[in-house]
Amino acid sequence: MNTLESYLFVSSILFTFGIFGVITRKNAVAILMGIELILNSANINFIAFNRFGNFQILDGHVFSIFVVVLAAAEAAIALAIIINLFKNIGTVDVDEAKELRG
Amino acid sequence: MSLPIPDLGQMLFYSIVSLIVISSFWVVMSPNLVHSAVSLLFTFFGVAGLYVFLYADFIAAAQVIIYVGGILVLIIFGVMLTNKIDDPNLSNQSRNQLLAAVFCFIMLLIQLQIIFNTDWFIGDFITRESTVNDIGMLLLTTYLLPFEVISVLLLAALIGAAMLSRKKLSK
Repeated sequence: MNTLESYLFVSSILFTFGIFGVITRKNAVAILMGIELILNSANINFIAFNRFGNFQILDGHVFSIFVVVLAAAEAAIALAIIINLFKNIGTVDVDEAKELRG
Repeated sequence: MSLPIPDLGQMLFYSIVSLIVISSFWVVMSPNLVHSAVSLLFTFFGVAGLYVFLYADFIAAAQVIIYVGGILVLIIFGVMLTNKIDDPNLSNQSRNQLLAAVFCFIMLLIQLQIIFNTDWFIGDFITRESTVNDIGMLLLTTYLLPFEVISVLLLAALIGAAMLSRKKLSK
């Protein structure tokens, strides 16, 4: 059945995969993909609780719009930083970024 | 004798859930970075399908437009600009996968324990024509200040990204 638990189940699986990607990947772009998975799982939770929680107003929807906007800003900034990293050290492996001095 | 007719909505829901699970698994496990980006596309479409099941039409459309049309294109730009095109396989290594898998599995078990053992409050369903009207009213009345703040933040972030990624001017 389409219960609240089924949506929370999907979102917790997405969150776990996102954390797994952030921990294990070495490429900075792949880490960014893991962060996008985590943000999507948070969005599913907002919408699901708004749907099942008998809210008269759509607070959850507005919050998930804010999350989407933050994800867009974060992706733009992160890719600018990654491209700079690639220009400076020739790789996007986050283990290789050891120098603090630009 | 009546044949058991499968509920089409349920079947669609389960297929969307399995699409999300399989494609997000491949996002974090694929040895090829371009394959990861393409499975991220399917994950975003699956999440948009879940929003449709949750009666969130505006958010589903925004998910498709912003995530698939914007963020995913940005990510693919990042993949193309920062990797050697001729050898994408070596650029997406993982490390400590076993340790991370154990940790993440324990975390997932804790989450599922909480999810299935909590007595969630389930209210009556409210049917609406469309959510766009209510969201627009909320954004321009109750959440006007956060809306303005987040627009300024997005503008600042985009200008900052343009600043960061352009060539340095020679002095």
